[in-house]
Amino acid sequence: MLGTTVILAFRAINRHKLRSFLTTLGIIIGVAAVVTMVTLGNGATAAVREQISSLGANVLQLRPGQGFGRGGGGPRPPDFKPADLTAIENQLTGVRAVAPLVQSSGTAIYEGSNWSTTVYGTTASYFEVQSWKADTGRLFMPEEEEAGKPVCIIGNTVRTNLFQGSDPVGKRLRVKGVSCQVIGALATRGQGGFGDQDDVVVMPIKFVQRRFTGDRDISQIMIAVDDAYDTSTVQASLEELMRDRRKIKPGAEDNFNVFDTKQISDTLTGTTTILTQIVAAVAAISLLVGGIGIMNIMLVSVTERTREIGIRLAIGAVAREVLMQFLVEAIVLSCLGGLIGLFLALIASVAIAPLMQVPFIFDPRVNLIAFLFSAAIGVVFGYFPARRAAALNPIDALRHE
Amino acid sequence: MPADPIISLRGVTKVYGSGPTAFQALKGIDLDIAQGDFVAVMGPSGSGKSTTMNILGCLDVPSGGEFLFKGRHVETLDRDQRALLRRRYFGFVFQGFNLLSRTTALENVELPLLYRGEDRKTRYDAGMAALDKVGLKDWWDHTPAELSGGQQQRVAIARAIVTQPDVLLADEPTGNLDSERSIEIMELLTDLNRNGGITVLMVTHEPDMAAFARTIVHFKDGLVERIEEGVAAA
Repeated sequence: MLGTTVILAFRAINRHKLRSFLTTLGIIIGVAAVVTMVTLGNGATAAVREQISSLGANVLQLRPGQGFGRGGGGPRPPDFKPADLTAIENQLTGVRAVAPLVQSSGTAIYEGSNWSTTVYGTTASYFEVQSWKADTGRLFMPEEEEAGKPVCIIGNTVRTNLFQGSDPVGKRLRVKGVSCQVIGALATRGQGGFGDQDDVVVMPIKFVQRRFTGDRDISQIMIAVDDAYDTSTVQASLEELMRDRRKIKPGAEDNFNVFDTKQISDTLTGTTTILTQIVAAVAAISLLVGGIGIMNIMLVSVTERTREIGIRLAIGAVAREVLMQFLVEAIVLSCLGGLIGLFLALIASVAIAPLMQVPFIFDPRVNLIAFLFSAAIGVVFGYFPARRAAALNPIDALRHE
Repeated sequence: MPADPIISLRGVTKVYGSGPTAFQALKGIDLDIAQGDFVAVMGPSGSGKSTTMNILGCLDVPSGGEFLFKGRHVETLDRDQRALLRRRYFGFVFQGFNLLSRTTALENVELPLLYRGEDRKTRYDAGMAALDKVGLKDWWDHTPAELSGGQQQRVAIARAIVTQPDVLLADEPTGNLDSERSIEIMELLTDLNRNGGITVLMVTHEPDMAAFARTIVHFKDGLVERIEEGVAAA
């Protein structure tokens, strides 16, 4: 019985190929749009998460001031002192590595080429905190750090722009007018949440302080939390330690902030997820419109095929069989549309993902839901026209012109 | 004459509409049709012959009276029960052929078998046999648009007989055909009646066609006016 109606449905669709295709176009576009959006959205979320995690997992960033976009007027909160760094190293439990950081922007020059970049002053711990390895050459020696020697390690972007493939190790670079020797080049990290992470020249902090910033202040301290410890617990004790060291009265606001990379990650992925949901919702509306399109055509089809229905009824089809025929036809149409839509979404996602620089992630759940949804549209929007067909009187239907 | 009537109408009335606009199409029809008979139903428009045929074909129910088919009271059956009765015992041929367009002759003929749930091979064999009987075996893969009127009506007849029905109802089967084609169709119906044992009920207003029948029933003003023996009865 069901097999028969499916055969009949395919025959009817086959008889009107163009119309059937146009009918399902709404479903095809709807499903393709929803699935493509969700797939790319998932890819974008994954990409953001990946980028953030490349900033360093379980890393706390300690900065002066009250965090993003706050602080307002008043005197600038003081930077950290070397003693703060020592205190964190010695008094805080659950810390894997601690690195100070001072930043300065400037131009690096090698032979004829120059490149505007960011200079980081830090210690070898920085690479430990960031889980960042040298691609060639080496990282800082303790005596280089101690003495603040003019050596530098360059990020991949700087390497590419100044050395064009030649080996940079051992070459001399002029950074902000000061000559220094390249001892290593870093592995590629890619685009981070805050721009190109590879566009950097890293030098011993003492050198940067002496030659560029002129004092011993530290603008940022990065703390890698030991995996065995809870990041938020370590963050709480860090805040307590710093309030104590910076002599902040109870009840007064912090004049520093601690940023958890996981927190940034959650915020950014949350934003991406919401965006994905909004776009998917818009696409879902087009799916609904597609469903109405199917109902429209099925209603027209019922009218147009009134005689056919009359013939079937006269031959001995019962009402339920006619209902099933039109219902199955609508479902077959919408399912076919759904399948074509999924296929198009696959092609579109694979094609667009590289352009958006996000990974292609096939999510079987999204595909299954979209397919079931298109089938459901067939049931819902096919039922009304089918019921109308089944209710026809065979005599009137046969007489219909 | 064969004995037991396969169909009998007792005081059948039919009223369309209600109230002051009500129209009484049938005013009390008594009619017995014997198994194996070839009946031509004649009469002017509005005489009630089409209404009677619809009731006989179980497409419509009488407003009053009794309709017995093989001893069963059809007037008490619901829509789906009547559909099943049609599926089992009746074949229909219409004036306008009523074939499914863009569908091959064989698929058209197989249609009633689909509703009977027959398998593919049975459908094919029976469908081809029926097409063979109407002389269109070689045309099985042609669509109605590719067939002449006479051929289309033959396909329609093949569709009506593919289930080996007891009764074949033909509503003006030659109304859309020229006289030569008409005679071919009538010869086919006669053959099915004589050699196939099918009871044929045919509405026509052409005396030439009615001449092929054994029995001619004349309708007038919602009543059976007279019943006469046809030429073919001899």
